Amino acid sequence: MTVPLLSLQGLTKAYPGVVANDSVSFDIGEGEVHALLGENGAGKSTLVKMIYGLVKPDSGKMLLRGQPFEPAEPRQARADGIAMVFQHFSLFDALNVAENIALGMENPPEMRDLAARIREVSETYGLPLDPFRTVGDLSAGERQRVEIIRCLLQDPKLLIMDEPTSVLTPQEVEILFKTLQKLQSEGTSILYISHKLEEIRTLCDHATILRLGKNVGECTPSETSARDMAEMMVGSSLQTPQRAAREFGEVAMDITGLSVPAPSAFGTALKNVHLKVRKGEILGIGGVAGNGQDELLGVLSGETLTDADAVKLHGKPIGRLGPTARRRFGVLAAPEERLGHAAAPDMSLTENAMLTGSVREGLEKNGFLDWGATTDFAERIIKAFDVRTPGPGNAARSLSGGNLQKFVIGREVLQDPDVLVVNQPTWGVDAAAAAAIRQSLLDLAAKGAAVICISQDLDELMEISDSFAALNEGRLSAPREAAGLTVDEIGLMMGGAHGMEVAHV
Amino acid sequence: MIRLEKRPQPSRAWSMATPLVAVLATMFFGGLLFAVLGKPPVEAIRTIFWEPLFGEFAFYYRPQLLVKGAPLVLIAIGLSLGFRAGIWNIGAEGQYIMGAIFGAGAGLAFYPSESFLIFPFMVIAGAFGGWLWAMIPAILKTRFGTNEILVSLMLVYVAEQFLASVSLGLLKNPEGFGFPGSRNLQSWDAAHNAELIAGSGMHWGVVAALIAVIFAYVLLNRHMTGYHIRLTGEAPRAAKFAGVNPTRLVLFCLGTSGALAGLAGMFEVSGPSGQISIDFNVGYGFTAIIVAFLGRLHPVGILLAGGLMALTYIGGDIAQSNLQLPAAAIQVFQGMLLFFLLAFDLLTNFRIAIGKPEVA
Repeated sequence: MTVPLLSLQGLTKAYPGVVANDSVSFDIGEGEVHALLGENGAGKSTLVKMIYGLVKPDSGKMLLRGQPFEPAEPRQARADGIAMVFQHFSLFDALNVAENIALGMENPPEMRDLAARIREVSETYGLPLDPFRTVGDLSAGERQRVEIIRCLLQDPKLLIMDEPTSVLTPQEVEILFKTLQKLQSEGTSILYISHKLEEIRTLCDHATILRLGKNVGECTPSETSARDMAEMMVGSSLQTPQRAAREFGEVAMDITGLSVPAPSAFGTALKNVHLKVRKGEILGIGGVAGNGQDELLGVLSGETLTDADAVKLHGKPIGRLGPTARRRFGVLAAPEERLGHAAAPDMSLTENAMLTGSVREGLEKNGFLDWGATTDFAERIIKAFDVRTPGPGNAARSLSGGNLQKFVIGREVLQDPDVLVVNQPTWGVDAAAAAAIRQSLLDLAAKGAAVICISQDLDELMEISDSFAALNEGRLSAPREAAGLTVDEIGLMMGGAHGMEVAHV
Repeated sequence: MIRLEKRPQPSRAWSMATPLVAVLATMFFGGLLFAVLGKPPVEAIRTIFWEPLFGEFAFYYRPQLLVKGAPLVLIAIGLSLGFRAGIWNIGAEGQYIMGAIFGAGAGLAFYPSESFLIFPFMVIAGAFGGWLWAMIPAILKTRFGTNEILVSLMLVYVAEQFLASVSLGLLKNPEGFGFPGSRNLQSWDAAHNAELIAGSGMHWGVVAALIAVIFAYVLLNRHMTGYHIRLTGEAPRAAKFAGVNPTRLVLFCLGTSGALAGLAGMFEVSGPSGQISIDFNVGYGFTAIIVAFLGRLHPVGILLAGGLMALTYIGGDIAQSNLQLPAAAIQVFQGMLLFFLLAFDLLTNFRIAIGKPEVA
């Protein structure tokens, strides 16, 4: 048997209170696309951080082509041919592509030579990119290309990709896969982290599945069903949300011809948005991040005021009403950014329950606050949505992302909204809790509420929405019935690959 | 290697202990400073902290504590509301001056009437003067997006010029033999903010300061406006989502702090100081910023911090005259107090960990 490129043997890493990785072992062969599968919090990120030299393992060892490999810092890992594309890009919006790439290099060459090399690599691997464009103007897919090209310039032996497709349109995913396949054919190994099973089945040769920090199994994805892999990930059988057949009522929320200028230089302007959602209907809004999702939520929640007639609730103009007045009328929202937008990090859960609950839960009388009732409300949310926390007195920032997300969604759902707007409702939430959140949205719709669900997770949208529309550069496509939509159609609604063709490789 | 780790939750114990630790550290390093200057360190620290309270002449100094502490607390309470919300009124000194001018002016307009309505009218006019002066940065900020730190600070110097102008002109004592300065309000019963109990130092300003502490406590803990203030300071975007109207909040915070600073100025001019003069203001408005932070922007904390600050002022004066400590050394000492407070404050949200750092 040949020596694997990278062999992990019994890697263990513990943080105070949690074992992130518990003696994880597996091999990555030369030229292999290896998937690392697992739910949020399964320990995938810690594991790759150890490989990339960001975290030092407590015990266990790594062998690179049979030689001991102990990177003390990322620079050393890079020198040994390991490159990583992070889920969150580290790019400066105000600089251009070449400048951004030069910033990450030890000895950057002349800008003109660098630009030439960027062009060369981008053409070779079918990643169209102009080195002199400003990063702030690029789509998420293009930004990711910057990161990938930054890695490829180092000529890596192992490329680590952390959830690369979460920000891409289906067409952009296709471009990315072509690139990865070309890299593989040249002998580069790829460690591919994801929880999207279908793409792992198309792309990867081998998969390692992590659960609660332990390696719980390996499989060959092309021969294993997605459901089996999912159950290995979760460790139990999955419950699919139940949707009851529903009758739609009259139009609850109606947006006509809404245009809003971009709030900042790198924000997105909303352009001529039309939207109607009926009672009992779930409208799914897809689209790649940064195409106006935040701005649309702001318009619906009342944070951004518009012409009175642009936003109508049951036919009444509410465009000039702020968040408090809209809550009184039953329009509730849960923004994407949990810490700092949906919740105040340093305030307790009780105080955060007050944040949106004061009007509808009657937590305020003549301006004076009823903290007793607020604590009860917070406890109700914690109980109903299974939020893991010692109690409502704990600060919001002490909760894990998924738990806080449950709290934020629960806070709105329990207030019995007429119209609920959620943005990325299950982002960072484990599969079981995500299913519970989706179920609660479906239940809410079954009770006659209109739900607008903005999400980048197409599977989620297909699972719960009745109709589907996509945001692309601030424009909303015409909504279509969700049942029967194909991936290609959805991709086209999302604006394709931003006008870029799949390059021929 | 020593590094800082963010705590999952702010530590309650440290947030209580920080001021005490800061005072102890200031005593220690202040003592070192005095020793280097060739003064007996223990004696100097004892003079500053002990003498005003329990020394031989404490009967004189104790009322002084109230007289000096009250305006500091009154102004700091107002400032703390804004500071909590990230609205930085640095110009309390100017609002204090304007409150004094409006208060004194409103009274002197009726000289020599002995109506009992004069003093209440002066109180209202004083608060109005401070409020008006604070509305300038507030309106400029909400309408044109100017920076309230710069505008409010610059207006201090405008107020000082205005003070000089009225002392020499509009409010000048016609029977003052040409000296600058207004009539002395202490010798006019209707306008005099006299001690409520003779010899105690307790005047209406002290009462107002205590009321302000209670008012601020209730506002911050039990009222929607206070909740919005705290929310805005901690997470501005969440505040907007909660429905806070930023414009209204700026007007409220700057207005309240201006009115309270104006009240402080009015009580000072009609009481301990007695008259409008060119050098009427002595920096209470700036020192109150320190008091507000020393009290951790908490009403009760500010009450204690105001007392402590007054103590170091009076103790510092005694140390200057008894031990010939230079005035600059006392100021360094007071600066140290704020410095250590902010430094130790870090421990509320961070803990010190020893070991190899992890890049994550």
